Amino acid sequence: MRYSLENIEQRALPSKGAVLKKLSKRRRRDNWIGYLFIAPWLIGFFGFTFFPIAASLILSFTDYDILSGQPNWIGLKNFETMFFKDPRYWRAVKATLYFAFTSVPLKLIFALAVAMLLMRGRRLVGIYRALYYAPSIVGGSVAVSVMWQQIFGNQGLINAMLRAVDLPTRPWLGDPRTAIWTLILLAVWQFGSPMLIFLAGLKQIPSEYYEAAEIDGADLFAKFFRITLPLLSPVIFFNLVMQLIYGFMTFTQAYVITSGKPLDTTLFYNLYVFNRAFSDFDLGYSAAMSWVLLLVIALVSALMFQLSRFWVFYEAGEK
Amino acid sequence: MSIQTAKPLSKVSNKQLKRLLGSVFYHGFVSALSIVMIYPLLWMLASSFKRKDEIWTKASSLIPEQLNFQNYVEGWRGFGGISFTTYFSNSLLITVLSTVLAVFSSALVAYGFARLSFRWKNVWFALMLTTMMLPIQVQIIPQYIMFSRIGWVNTYFPLILPHMFGTPFFIFMMVQFIRGIPIELDEAAEIDGCGKGRIFFTIILPLIKPALVTAAIFAFYWSWDDFLTPLIYLNDPKLYTISLALRSFADPSSVTNWGGVFAMGILALIPVFIIFVLFQRYLVEGISTTGLKG
Repeated sequence: MRYSLENIEQRALPSKGAVLKKLSKRRRRDNWIGYLFIAPWLIGFFGFTFFPIAASLILSFTDYDILSGQPNWIGLKNFETMFFKDPRYWRAVKATLYFAFTSVPLKLIFALAVAMLLMRGRRLVGIYRALYYAPSIVGGSVAVSVMWQQIFGNQGLINAMLRAVDLPTRPWLGDPRTAIWTLILLAVWQFGSPMLIFLAGLKQIPSEYYEAAEIDGADLFAKFFRITLPLLSPVIFFNLVMQLIYGFMTFTQAYVITSGKPLDTTLFYNLYVFNRAFSDFDLGYSAAMSWVLLLVIALVSALMFQLSRFWVFYEAGEK
Repeated sequence: MSIQTAKPLSKVSNKQLKRLLGSVFYHGFVSALSIVMIYPLLWMLASSFKRKDEIWTKASSLIPEQLNFQNYVEGWRGFGGISFTTYFSNSLLITVLSTVLAVFSSALVAYGFARLSFRWKNVWFALMLTTMMLPIQVQIIPQYIMFSRIGWVNTYFPLILPHMFGTPFFIFMMVQFIRGIPIELDEAAEIDGCGKGRIFFTIILPLIKPALVTAAIFAFYWSWDDFLTPLIYLNDPKLYTISLALRSFADPSSVTNWGGVFAMGILALIPVFIIFVLFQRYLVEGISTTGLKG
């Protein structure tokens, strides 16, 4: 066999088809290994998320209760009951919306104020940050809920303080006007996570902006509204979406502290779902309720992303 | 003498004085506010050391008349013949197993998403991100039916097993972390004949340690504080976790021993605080970069 240029080329470089074949073989192997690595999540997704949510949807059209056994198809009756015949459902909706739309803005305003306060200090900031974050680290626990219940109890800390300065005491948890506010206060108290996220966001704002503004004679007010707020808007938006979703899903605190009382003023949506499912064993009805919540959360999130275009400011090059 | 001290004083300019005053005002305000913030926790701590009658008669005082460990001793005895030794070991068992499983499986999945290429990867990844926002209530009812059909009510399987499949939040955080590691490291190992499995265990896993620690902290917290899942699945008081036990212990219709409740509440919070103090840096990092809820 004579060495020709053609020959050498052929031998050195495999044909195009062979290269592709080899590549696709490798890709196929990669494909297989990739699926092997994500297998835990994939199995979990189908077994514990996708299948249950689909099952929930089917259940919501039945009268399934775990005691009698067989589910019967009843069409839209659960939804009809929910929207038109169940006043407790609407009280739950009202309590949840009231809670979410008061606690979240208050929490975010407070978180931002504290974050800005901590931005100014140089020394001891680590300690302050830890102290302000401490309530959030324990806030979801039953221990703190039990504590909160006693703080606002008739003989509790708040009433004792009021008595000490001769002010009238109140049954904070028994009064329909104040009960929900104890839960709002508990939620606002746990402002740590949004505070940390705001702190991270504030550190991203270049100090040159403020220096330039100062040279132009901007006061604190102008600096906050013209620089801080617009540049922080993506972070505010993120916090708002996350906290609203968490707010809609609040359960433990309401269950432990007020159990939905008095007069259903703190009967949060998820508490009602839980009661219907696990005290009344009305699994079909509660599945229907949870599906409505799922849709509302999806809708609210989508709406907020749409509206965010008008007020969230992304710097050029970012996202 | 007096002249000497007066001289530097007069040298302190107006500006410096203003700054000093500002600093005093700043630290005064910030620390006062922080005390208000942790006041409820201090109150519970103080109450756990008070005598039973003192808790309510002197509710506004933060300092117990004397350090009294009676509440801890009595509280630990628990209720219904079951002591808090049982509840704490139950919680510890569930929490440790869930944490190890959640962190390890999340790391596996994260490596797959960050480094391997496979078909529909982006679809799966997007799907995973959307599941982070799902209200668990939608899943919990069918899950309950499923688990009760298998006969897993009153076992720890429903509390631990779901963690075997990775947690979207942790996976997302670890994917971000792995993306920051130079891919040349993987490639060099691959040229040396390392398989994907070995690359994961010997290169990626040691390098993402900070992300693993962050994930472990949150997994621990969520599991330790979890209330809804044990509430649904555990009816036998012997199996109760610390959250369930506290809730039953503090049932307003039956309880008289509030000192004991506060003491056990404090003990339940101690592991949480120890981890917070030791790993604060990882925690702050985790929240600031991914918005994990603490």
